[in-house]
Amino acid sequence: MADIELVPNKNFPARKDHPELVGELTTLNLGPTHPATHGIFQNILQMDGEKIVSGEQTIGYIHRAFEKIAERRPFYQITTLTDRMNYCSSPINNFGWHMTVEKLLGIEVPKRAQYIRVILMELARISDHLICNGILGVDSGAYSGFLYLMEKREEIYEIYEEICGARLTTNMGRIGGMERDFSNEALRKIREMLKTLPPVLKEFENLFNRNRIFMDRTINVGPISAERALSYGFTGPNLRAAGVDYDVRVMNPYSSYEDFDFIIPVGQSGDTYDRFMVRNEEMWQSMRIIEQAMNNLPEGPFFADAPEYYLPPKQEVYRSMEALIYHFKIVMGEIDAPVGEVYHSVEGGNGELGFYLISDGGRTPYRLHFRRPSFIYYQAFPEMCKGTTLSDAILIMSSLNVIAGELDA
Amino acid sequence: MSSVKMVEAPDGYSGAGFFATSLDQVIGMARSHSLWPLPFATSCCGIEFMATMGAHYDISRFGSERPSFSPRQADLLMVMGTIAKKMAPVVKQVYLQMAEPRWVMAVGACASSGGIFDTYSVLQGIDRIIPVDVYVPGCPPRPEQILEGLMQVQELTRNESLRRRNSEEYQHLLESYKIQ
Amino acid sequence: MLSNQEVAEELVKKFGDDVYDFEEPYGLLTLTTTREQIIPILEYLFHHDRFKINFLTDITGIHYPDSPGQEFAVVYHIHSLTQNFRVRIKVFLAEADIHIPTATPLYASANWMERETYDFFGIIFDGHPDLRRILNIEEMDYFPMRKQYPMEDATRQDKTDALFGR
Repeated sequence: MADIELVPNKNFPARKDHPELVGELTTLNLGPTHPATHGIFQNILQMDGEKIVSGEQTIGYIHRAFEKIAERRPFYQITTLTDRMNYCSSPINNFGWHMTVEKLLGIEVPKRAQYIRVILMELARISDHLICNGILGVDSGAYSGFLYLMEKREEIYEIYEEICGARLTTNMGRIGGMERDFSNEALRKIREMLKTLPPVLKEFENLFNRNRIFMDRTINVGPISAERALSYGFTGPNLRAAGVDYDVRVMNPYSSYEDFDFIIPVGQSGDTYDRFMVRNEEMWQSMRIIEQAMNNLPEGPFFADAPEYYLPPKQEVYRSMEALIYHFKIVMGEIDAPVGEVYHSVEGGNGELGFYLISDGGRTPYRLHFRRPSFIYYQAFPEMCKGTTLSDAILIMSSLNVIAGELDA
Repeated sequence: MSSVKMVEAPDGYSGAGFFATSLDQVIGMARSHSLWPLPFATSCCGIEFMATMGAHYDISRFGSERPSFSPRQADLLMVMGTIAKKMAPVVKQVYLQMAEPRWVMAVGACASSGGIFDTYSVLQGIDRIIPVDVYVPGCPPRPEQILEGLMQVQELTRNESLRRRNSEEYQHLLESYKIQ
Repeated sequence: MLSNQEVAEELVKKFGDDVYDFEEPYGLLTLTTTREQIIPILEYLFHHDRFKINFLTDITGIHYPDSPGQEFAVVYHIHSLTQNFRVRIKVFLAEADIHIPTATPLYASANWMERETYDFFGIIFDGHPDLRRILNIEEMDYFPMRKQYPMEDATRQDKTDALFGR
């Protein structure tokens, strides 16, 4: 090799031979409809050759004014809005909202409903992480992992369908519990899922975890220190990848999470590989939680005894006067909530999903604010991709799992 | 026996060694089985489109093997998800960049009419800025519905006259959207 | 574990009359302060060697059109991850003088939260590095989350009163 001398190509002069070109930046417009952004947001990157010098994001391309709509809707109709916020893990959003209202109204939900919620929320977490990690594979050039995982995600959707009839925007449960109990078929499907998901996940991990190409593409790409991550308001898997074991499920347990035995996986360097590994491990932990909840599923009612807030069964509506009145009042949104202000947070697919609800005693919230994890941590993107190449920036973005619906609200 | 299914030939006259039909129909048949969609996915419906692209539903069976992320090479613009007013100029720009013949499919309630988001920031249906051929209802539509929508576009494609895009009616339609 | 009482007493000792209206709705310590004191309070809680309330959960605004002189409130939710303790701090502002200092030097995450609050309510955060609209289009000439503005899209023709019985 040593005796071959490379002659510089005259048509493509090296930069070092042309000092006037050094420091000249290219502006690259990534988005809003770029296929690699998985959602609608724009990044204007200043590039020096292939290196990113600085970036600026523009968001708001699917701003749908959730908070304004929420001020005009009765409490139970806001569930449909929360569905469409983080649409990869709708049940978490649904139940998070229901728990917020239950906290305001002071309703205690029976144990069985809490366990059912836990099972569904963990299924949602699995389906969220399946998408994120599958797409991360696609972005690093490995399409097959995505196809394996999507097949399993399809099965999770079938479970949702069995429980509530919808696949993606589930609108599941009600204020005060679930709208129906698990059917035998649903229980069977969840059990089967617990049996068939591990081999697929195992195979996916075999394909990726120690894959030289994947490791080279992701290790030390877009690292963020724990300190910066906290300053940027990171929560969820992205914060845990940086080594902070903050998980709302453990810190402020809701819906009986204190009953379950699971660990919080943490990373070390907060790079793309750690985020990937943390999400993978979380799926295993979620399966553990589901298994425990299935084995210890308590008997009893699946809704709280709160007739003025929980829709009565239809047969009752035809038979009894009170049920008819409650049914009418609830459906027409004529239930007055008590005055109060509540902040409730759940561990969403991407981190702490908070609901700040102010009620002035009316039929709709006076003000409802969503703490949307994607919105808060996406600000760190320019800092994370500074100095990396464009192809790495794409990986960083997809490992952050920014969901456009949650970003813009 | 081959398990490959063949498309039925269009109407025509056949005899010994020849088959005569109109060019329209042959081209329509060819086009309808190689529609390259441009997935313009913004939100929830985009996730359902991902499911449609996956192995289970497999949109490739309908000749849409290659999602064309460049508008220049795309035949079918699939707008999936809410289009906010901030996004509307981008949708129009993408539509203008597509070459004729082009079809547009509005997938989901938001793209069709604004859906549940009747708010100051959301465009109330993409048919306010570009002409739409097929509307797919649902919030979000199931993958089967998206496939059904695609098959409707195929049907349109198959039966479209080659002269339609030059007709005065079509020019009027474009003019009503201020597209030259 | 910290108790609300403990933190409240410490704050009163340090800031005196500038912190008032202590409440505990659903167990979350809530207090009100003035805009002159908000950043010192956040800094004090951030650097306090025992409380370590150094995680900014959220900033948002509220509009109360019916309370003159206090039309707007800016609400800070802060959280101590080591002590697992949350505090909610409110600052009320008058519509005529709708300025509040920024928290961006303390928290990097405050940047977009403040931009969002500005976008929705028009609350001006003094010293913010880049206070522009974030979610809505730049040309928008009003602040949509204020109560007087309608939610509906004004261009809809099909939602007539006759059809909706209004």
